[in-house]
Amino acid sequence: MVQYSRARFDASFAALSDATRRGVLERLGRADASITDLAEKFHMTLTGMKKHVGVLEQAGLVTTEKVGRVRTCKLGLRRLEEEAAWIERYHQLWDARFDELDKVVEELKWKEKVDGRKKRK
Amino acid sequence: MDARRESEPTPMKNRTTVERKSERELVTTRTFNGPARIVFEAWTKPELFKRWWVPKSMGMSLLSCEMDVRVGGRYRLEFSYEGSKSAFFGTYKEVTPHSRLVWTNEESEDGAITTVTFEEKDGKTLLVMHELYPSKEALDAAGTGAADAMVETFAQLDELLVTLGASVGRS
Repeated sequence: MVQYSRARFDASFAALSDATRRGVLERLGRADASITDLAEKFHMTLTGMKKHVGVLEQAGLVTTEKVGRVRTCKLGLRRLEEEAAWIERYHQLWDARFDELDKVVEELKWKEKVDGRKKRK
Repeated sequence: MDARRESEPTPMKNRTTVERKSERELVTTRTFNGPARIVFEAWTKPELFKRWWVPKSMGMSLLSCEMDVRVGGRYRLEFSYEGSKSAFFGTYKEVTPHSRLVWTNEESEDGAITTVTFEEKDGKTLLVMHELYPSKEALDAAGTGAADAMVETFAQLDELLVTLGASVGRS
């Protein structure tokens, strides 16, 4: 697994360790909601809910968008999975390229050694 | 040469890491078991570059590879994939032998600026490839499109650019 994904998955698990945040995710799974809506439903202050949403956002589980004075939250899980998948494919591509490059490097090293020996003769 | 390589133990495979450093940056690292001058050579000589850039597992073949590696010089890679042709092209912005290469990708407005650094230590070279995209959306698009539709997209883009070029020429 690439470093990127590991860091993000750690953040995801930390985000999921809180009951309120799991509740928020469940809620957003049904419909998008504003921070004000969420604060009311979970009987919290706006500041408290902003903090929870911030943690979820950092972990890539939720995305928010501000339209006018209202910040709307939606589930970001699908995007996280997609992103981890393309980074993994990108990683595979470069890993394959670099394996080939290893061969070129080995060959050039060997040539240098041979050329060096010839010069000394 | 091949006989000798077979008789030598396979060098240990180094790890490739890929990390999205920010909304617009992607960083790839890899260590190579050779001095920087050799790794740099493999990135800057077309006859060497084309031997590794298109791995066999990709199912693509490189049709041509032109690289004018100097500041302001241009590169162009053309390859085919399942019958369709596409190209990567751009300009070298910085060329510092054995330590640093910077180039642009000009296939579209969303192309990245790529910086590759070669850092030698104890006969090995740490390669860091840093790609900076013009926007978060450009990197997102590059990623989601990359593996599946890259070739087709660039082929279409090529056509589009030709069309645009023609219409600009007419006006």
